[in-house]
Amino acid sequence: MIYTIIAIFLSVTILIMAITAIYSKSLVVAVISAGAVGLFASVVYLLLAAPDVAMTEAAIGSGLSTIIFFYVINKIRQNNA
Amino acid sequence: MEYIEIIGAVVTLIGTIFLFLGSLGLIRMPDVFNRIQTGTKATTLGTMLTLLGIGLIHLDWAGKIIVLIIFVLVTNPVSSHVLARAAHYIGIPLTSKTVVDKMAQKPAITVKKGDKLKEED
Amino acid sequence: MVNIILYTALGFVALALILTIIRFLIGKSVVDRVIAFDIMTVTSIALIGIISHFTDRVIYLDISIVYGLLSFISVIVIAKYFEKGL
Repeated sequence: MIYTIIAIFLSVTILIMAITAIYSKSLVVAVISAGAVGLFASVVYLLLAAPDVAMTEAAIGSGLSTIIFFYVINKIRQNNA
Repeated sequence: MEYIEIIGAVVTLIGTIFLFLGSLGLIRMPDVFNRIQTGTKATTLGTMLTLLGIGLIHLDWAGKIIVLIIFVLVTNPVSSHVLARAAHYIGIPLTSKTVVDKMAQKPAITVKKGDKLKEED
Repeated sequence: MVNIILYTALGFVALALILTIIRFLIGKSVVDRVIAFDIMTVTSIALIGIISHFTDRVIYLDISIVYGLLSFISVIVIAKYFEKGL
C-alpha cells in the first residue's frame, strides 16, 4: 500500500519534469530537467525491486548523460564565439 | 534492545524535520546566495541524522552507514561552495539588504569592465 | 511503534520533495534550478535510506552511494560550465 502511494507520487514528479524539459526556453534548464527525470526513475526502479537496473539508471541516465550534454554545449559555445 | 530502535526512529524523525525546514527556507529566502546557504546546512544535517537513525535501528548495517555519512559530510559543502562562486562570477544580483560584498572588490573583475577609477580606492 | 514513527518521517520527506519541486518550477535564474536539483538528490538519499528499512535489504544503500557520487560530479561540471572553465 505504502509502496503504491510513493510510486504514484514519484511518477507524477517524472511527468512534471519531462513537461518542463520540453517546454523550457533555455537549453541548460532542459538538460537539468532531463537529469531529474533519470534521478526519479531510479527511485521508481528501486521500489519495483530491481536494484541493478536502478544502479545503471542512476549512473548513466542521471550522471553521465548530463556531463556529456554539458561538454557538447560548451564545445558549441566555443565554436560560435 | 527495544529502546535503541525507538531512539533510532526518533532520530530519523528529527532528521526529516530538518530536511523539511531546509526545503521551506529554499522557498522563502529572498536571494540566490541565501538559498544556497540555508539549503546546504539544513539538508546536510538532516540527511546525516536520518542515516544515523537507520543505522541505530539496524545495527549490523553500520559500515555502509558510516561510509555514506562521511561521504555526504564531505561532498555536499564542496559542491555548494563551487556553485556559489560560479553564481557570483556570472553576475547574479544580490538582495537589497546586503551589507558588504568582499568579492566584488577584487581587481580581476573591476579591471575587466575598463574602469580606471575603481583601481585607485 | 517504530513503523508508525517512520511513516511520519516518510510524510515529511515527501513534503520536502514537493517544496523543492515548486522551487524548481518557479525559479527565476538558472542557478536556482541547479540548487533545487542538488537538494532533490540529497533528499532522495534520505528517502532511499527509509525505503531500505521497510524492505529490509542492505543493497539499497549501495545505490545511494552511486547516486550521491554522480550528482556531485554533475554539479561540479555545471558550475565549471558557468565559469567558462570546462
